[in-house]
Amino acid sequence: MKRKEVGILSLLVFLCVIVAVKNPQFLSATNLQNMGRLVGMFGIFSIGAGMVIITGGIDLSVGSVFALLGILLSMMLTEWHWSAAFTMAVIIGIGTAIGFVHGILITRLRLQPFIVTLCGLLLYRGIARYIAEDTTKGFGAQGFAWLRSFATGSAAGIPMPFVLLVLVAVVMGIVLHFSIYGRYLVAVGRNAEAARYSGINSDNVITGAYVISGGLAGVAAILLAFYTNSISPSSHGNFYELYAIAAAVLGGCSLRGGEGSIAGILIGTALLQVLRNLVNLLDIPGSLDFAVMGAVILLGVIADQIFRPAVKANKNRT
Amino acid sequence: MTAILQIERVSKSFPGVKALDSVSLSVASGEILALVGENGAGKSTLMKILAGIHRPDSGTIRIEDQAVVLRSPRDAAGYRIAVIHQELELIDTLDVAANVFLGREPTWGGPAKLLDSRRIWLEADKILARLGSPFSSRMRVSELSLAHKQMVEIARALSLNARIILMDEPTSSLTTGETERLLSLIEELKRDRVSIIYISHRLAEVQRVADRVVVLRDGKNAGELRDSEITHDRMIQLMVGRDLKAPAPDAGMPSGHRQVSFEIQKFRTTAYPNEEVSIAVHEGEILGIAGLVGAGRSELARAIFGVEKALSGTVATSGTALSIKSAHDAIDYGIYLVPEDRRELGLITGMTVKENITLPSLRRHTVNGLIRNTRETDAAKQSCEALHIKTPTIDTRVENLSGGNQQKVVLAKWLSMSPKLIVFDEPTRGIDVGAKSEIYNIMRSLADQGVAIMMISSDMEEILANSDRVAVMREGRVTGILDRSECTEEAIMRLAVA
Repeated sequence: MKRKEVGILSLLVFLCVIVAVKNPQFLSATNLQNMGRLVGMFGIFSIGAGMVIITGGIDLSVGSVFALLGILLSMMLTEWHWSAAFTMAVIIGIGTAIGFVHGILITRLRLQPFIVTLCGLLLYRGIARYIAEDTTKGFGAQGFAWLRSFATGSAAGIPMPFVLLVLVAVVMGIVLHFSIYGRYLVAVGRNAEAARYSGINSDNVITGAYVISGGLAGVAAILLAFYTNSISPSSHGNFYELYAIAAAVLGGCSLRGGEGSIAGILIGTALLQVLRNLVNLLDIPGSLDFAVMGAVILLGVIADQIFRPAVKANKNRT
Repeated sequence: MTAILQIERVSKSFPGVKALDSVSLSVASGEILALVGENGAGKSTLMKILAGIHRPDSGTIRIEDQAVVLRSPRDAAGYRIAVIHQELELIDTLDVAANVFLGREPTWGGPAKLLDSRRIWLEADKILARLGSPFSSRMRVSELSLAHKQMVEIARALSLNARIILMDEPTSSLTTGETERLLSLIEELKRDRVSIIYISHRLAEVQRVADRVVVLRDGKNAGELRDSEITHDRMIQLMVGRDLKAPAPDAGMPSGHRQVSFEIQKFRTTAYPNEEVSIAVHEGEILGIAGLVGAGRSELARAIFGVEKALSGTVATSGTALSIKSAHDAIDYGIYLVPEDRRELGLITGMTVKENITLPSLRRHTVNGLIRNTRETDAAKQSCEALHIKTPTIDTRVENLSGGNQQKVVLAKWLSMSPKLIVFDEPTRGIDVGAKSEIYNIMRSLADQGVAIMMISSDMEEILANSDRVAVMREGRVTGILDRSECTEEAIMRLAVA
């Protein structure tokens, strides 16, 4: 593990110990299970965001994608009565297709990732509200047990989303750290032009990252929809893209590209969820939720910059 | 005429090279002095010293008999010295007037320092009118042609009230008509008693405008010509007049015995859209590509390798045209490029020596699509040993290696595959002498194995010592191909300069 990941892991452990001491509820089975569920769902799409960040890009659209796909999911199941398996495939397919379109716009038309996905953020939210006629959709209290179990069920006491995250993390860990594609991804993120001079099709590599991000957003959309069980098109998934970006960056992905690891992204995700949990458990007013998160992340980043070994700091500047 | 600027015994060294060795020259007010010399003769260094970018190790600079120290470009401007660099330094997104007055914008006064745009435009237009410019100062610079951009630089120099204007290759990217306009502009400036130091490889232009020519060779004064002495031949003689070791006669086979291995057919590049290049490269030879910087050699190399779109042209081998649309295609055909810009294009800094070496050949080190660390490590270690790459470990980041070892890493990327044609672009730039000869040896042994090699180089000794044949390029076309027996520095320079 790299130094940066060790640093953020220490911060995570430190916070856990503090909260556990101040409020033993933190270690209760219910709390741990609930947090595991959230870490599972957020981790899945944060890994996608991390892939995109490693290319030097960014994906701002995921929050709105959750709203759009959540609304569609509800309509497909409750209004159009499609089968569960088929619906799941279609939802993940749409997520993947959205990522593919982003990738094509960014690599073929040379549009900036920020602009493309910002427009996506606005566009998908708007479409979601329109097709839902701005009404909240849901799945009812009963039914769809199979799909629902992925979000709310447990396997041997471990929340299903967490199990899924472990699966996704293992697969993506192999892809990023042991496959040719992963090596190309890092090379392109470092220097797309030099990668091209080595015979790498940089455009396809970058598009691939957006496809992965879109596909994982599709998976996460299903889990989030069933977890909340009601999807308000104007607020469902709001700011979630920022959670994903924060998790990836906290975990060592550089916004300049070419750097990042799956382990880091997982630690970053866990840290964010512990922070949200901490606000609850330490009786901090809920309205301070975001402020606490912002302050702790900022302090972490400042500490990282200050305690960075001198040699390395010089290297980065040149 | 009294000298306005005198340079006395100025020397400047950079690590490994003595760029200027006790160079002296003077310029009178209203004089046009041309500074000529081969690539690396020290012209640019001298200019950067006058621009305040570099400081001389020794020697004095006098302006109107006062010794001065130029610590920064601001100092140089203070002495009314203006420099027009070869790569124009304009901000494309601003308008002409803003560029002319950049850093010295007229304001309305007061603490807010609000820009007085009207005055900026008016003043700029006045200067432009003096230059006979056809465009207004409100044009965005990005909309101007290169020649007009150059005019903006000159306007900027005039707005500084410059007494001395240095121009580095000002016509290198201009058309004939534009060049003509620039030259008459220079003659007008002369009438206004502005002194010009004109650096150019185009001897015909020098002959036309220069009152006096100072020739530099290997960082030293090589001679001075004035008025009727300024002829094409005299200038070349002074530029070249150096004893070079005669090329070793036994290096390589005579080219007549070799098979043509690759034919570069009718290439046109964006740098010179109206010129076509056709060259044949034989297997087992080192074909030197000589020429001045900017002759279109690197563009050709990039087009052959498929990383830059050629306007037309094909690479053919044994009669069949290859379809090369990307570097990936070229690599599949065994055509590799060792690019000029090692750190930005040859290597991926931030990645390790191992990762860089195996990047183009990763597929060989995989099992079921996953990289096998042991295989990759073994391959990288083998390459390091074969090429004597000195690195603490193969997991060291590549930017921590010396220039020579970095270049060997670039070579290692390609040598583990099966090269058929390798294009080297300035293979030893910025590399120390020891590593240089190692790289020459590697090139020669590749050629001996039958690989066709094209070696683009601006280093005359490198060309003469290593090439089996030399193709000389000038302004986007091949002006001559010399066999080993005909290869002399003078013959090459005659073909390289207009």
